[in-house]
Amino acid sequence: MSEDLYKEIILDYYKNPRNYGTLENPDMKAMDTNPLCGDELEMQIKLGGSDNIADIRFNGKGCAISMASASILTEMVQGKNIEHARNLHKDELLGAMGTPNLGPVRIKCALLPLKVLKLAIYSHLGKVLEGDEANL
Amino acid sequence: MIKGALTLDPKIIRKDFPFFQHPTAKPIIYLDSAATSQRPSKVIDAEMDYYQRYNSNVHRGVYQISVEATDVYERAREKIARFINARSPKEIIFVRSTTEAINLIAQTWGRANIQDGDNVLLTEMEHHSNIVPWMMLCKEKGASLRYLGVDDEGFLNLDQLDSSLDGRSKLLAFTHASNVLGTINPAREMIRRAHDKGALVVLDSAQTTPHMATDVRDLDCDFMAFSGHKMLGPTGIGILYAREDILDHMEPFLYGGDMIKEVHKYTARWNDLPWKFEAGTPNIAGAIGLGAAVDYINGLGIDQIRAHEMAITSRALDLLQSISQVTVYGPKDPEKRAGLISFNIEGVHAHDVASILDTHGVCIRAGHHCAQPLMERLGVAATTRASFHIYNSNEDIDMLIHSIEAVKGVFKI
Repeated sequence: MSEDLYKEIILDYYKNPRNYGTLENPDMKAMDTNPLCGDELEMQIKLGGSDNIADIRFNGKGCAISMASASILTEMVQGKNIEHARNLHKDELLGAMGTPNLGPVRIKCALLPLKVLKLAIYSHLGKVLEGDEANL
Repeated sequence: MIKGALTLDPKIIRKDFPFFQHPTAKPIIYLDSAATSQRPSKVIDAEMDYYQRYNSNVHRGVYQISVEATDVYERAREKIARFINARSPKEIIFVRSTTEAINLIAQTWGRANIQDGDNVLLTEMEHHSNIVPWMMLCKEKGASLRYLGVDDEGFLNLDQLDSSLDGRSKLLAFTHASNVLGTINPAREMIRRAHDKGALVVLDSAQTTPHMATDVRDLDCDFMAFSGHKMLGPTGIGILYAREDILDHMEPFLYGGDMIKEVHKYTARWNDLPWKFEAGTPNIAGAIGLGAAVDYINGLGIDQIRAHEMAITSRALDLLQSISQVTVYGPKDPEKRAGLISFNIEGVHAHDVASILDTHGVCIRAGHHCAQPLMERLGVAATTRASFHIYNSNEDIDMLIHSIEAVKGVFKI
């Protein structure tokens, strides 16, 4: 890992997070923490027709990697069907962040938002997040 | 002492440490000794010598090399007893770690002496290892946990110590120095005041015994716990010190071989101190390595070590505080703190700081440092911590400061 980790895109999303905040009466929400960093992240989603993500917000505190990842992720799934969001692969998110080689410690920061998003969708669908998906 | 002048020469010291001789792609600035220290070749060689030359189990061996293994193992215990000025080696129990030592106290002395309605006093600056064992014991027994608070400078609210202890206070358990704030607590005075109220005292000296003179008789603590790996010794070996008269009345922690005098089909009789608390084959190499670490420390002089680390800490404090975006936690007087400094850079998460410092070869710790109640008190999720030992130099501090400037550059602050 190098200083290149902190590309413009990461710093931009960290300093100017998109979709940061909360929603009134969200249809789905979930929260999780990364005990290593003390990061906390919540995702809230409002659904439109055909189970599309009409609105999505995240809030919490964390490092530049996790905050930028959360912000980028919300933009990736905005307007998409929850099935699409549920099946989003981690490599798509890491690709969008421009950080494919984060290393075993910091990758947890990057993937916390994806885990929280999936937790929200799974609990909305009455399913349990388990296996590889839960171990993001 | 002249500011910036060091009592030890890190260039010479580093020659004793294979870690610093090992060729690396770029120099490593190791500033994480509060997590674990490096080890001199004397320690590594002592362990290797045991494994290669007289490897055998201790106690009851009739053959020569087992006698030698037992002898070196028990001499290590004597060295540690002298190092902390215990009355006798019987008061030195080999365990795995500080954590295991505290669990041993909670599970044996604690279970026998703490009852429904009693209370245990901790402080807000404890490491999780000196919180959770007491939390679980109190839950089991219906006892309550109390906390002595920390003030804004990072000192304990000592004016509340007496009022926090009452007739049902069985124990005060506290750290000699905070692994986050660096604050050195006035242990002797606190122990005296706890004794006046009838409470026994557990002292967590994991951050002090490796760095400054520790005298259990002067401190008058009832129990003390520390780890080998933070004091230039091996991992997997730690020490429980306890007064002999207390150990005498305690039940064993683990049951099995070595801790017994005799076993019959339905009864058993416990071994003498200290072996009553050492069930199973112990960490022989670890104990021998720790004995070598004590020899090494004595060779340098523990007071010289303290003076060296204080000089390094003083310089680091000055330079860190001269950066306007840096917040330093804990006392500002290096005489009142151990050789570690926690800080944050405004607008940058501690983990991002650590990642960027890593690119400069600077190894520091970032996170909650296993002290989440203290993090809550400070109102931060995490801090970055630099910690020092005898091999750290003024140049290491310069590299730390230089790489913090790089963090500011990356985050454009």
